[in-house]
Amino acid sequence: MHIFANPARFLSIARPLTPWLALAGLLLIAIGLVAGLTLSPADYLQGESVRIMYVHVPAAWLGMAGWTGIAVSSLMQLVWRHPLAGVAARAVAAPGALFTAICLMTGSIWGRPTWGTWWEWDGRMTSMLVLLFLYFGYMALAGASGERGSAGKAAAIFGLVGAINIPVIRYSVVWWNTLHQGSSITLTGTTIDRSILWPLPIAVLGFTLLFAAIVLMRMRALLAENRIEARLKRMAEA
Amino acid sequence: MQHWPFIIAAYAITVGGTGGLLLWSWLRMRSAERRADSLRRDRPER
Repeated sequence: MHIFANPARFLSIARPLTPWLALAGLLLIAIGLVAGLTLSPADYLQGESVRIMYVHVPAAWLGMAGWTGIAVSSLMQLVWRHPLAGVAARAVAAPGALFTAICLMTGSIWGRPTWGTWWEWDGRMTSMLVLLFLYFGYMALAGASGERGSAGKAAAIFGLVGAINIPVIRYSVVWWNTLHQGSSITLTGTTIDRSILWPLPIAVLGFTLLFAAIVLMRMRALLAENRIEARLKRMAEA
Repeated sequence: MQHWPFIIAAYAITVGGTGGLLLWSWLRMRSAERRADSLRRDRPER
């Protein structure tokens, strides 16, 4: 990670990588979602509403992965004072919040025809809602920071402490036996039939690549804004 | 209960939200990098 400590070196890699990640992500998302809507069969129990899984699961994964990214970046910022770590954490916050909100909304939409309710205060849904509020808190703290283009120390500590919620989300369906079903996909196997499952990894990979492209775009914007501010400051002092 | 209106709503929120964020991030990046480059070009010779 320290090889990216130099913003110029980071930009020399990020500039050509950004469009390729975005294009590959958009292509895979299109394939995954079209396959999920037209080629995979309806579930014998859930019916057609199972197709919401192809947008809900990638959103849930990216909401949680986004905060994990913030926590790792915050640790690097606090321990090693990595110059790009705060920029990376700040760049992840908005996409992470968006995908957490998409997860909550698509889950709610799926719940109405499947469970008969839009919302239930069960462990998984409530901990995911807490994650959305954590993102809002992080964005407010990072935005209020005096260090432009980077998340401040308070935001970094908040990013680390908030990571406690990630295992809570992961194990909520084990700890509390409420409405949300248990994990359908684990490291040892899956309970989803292969005919329904196959578009899901394509959609997950596509959304992940697009998320990475968006984070790179936001990091590049923050770095450019830093350069503008530094330049204007020098001009004002001259 | 008809499931397709729910499916369409879920996909519309996802595609609209993701597309909007992608567009906003790209425009912000392009605008910031152009401004930074133009300021660098305007730098007086030493």
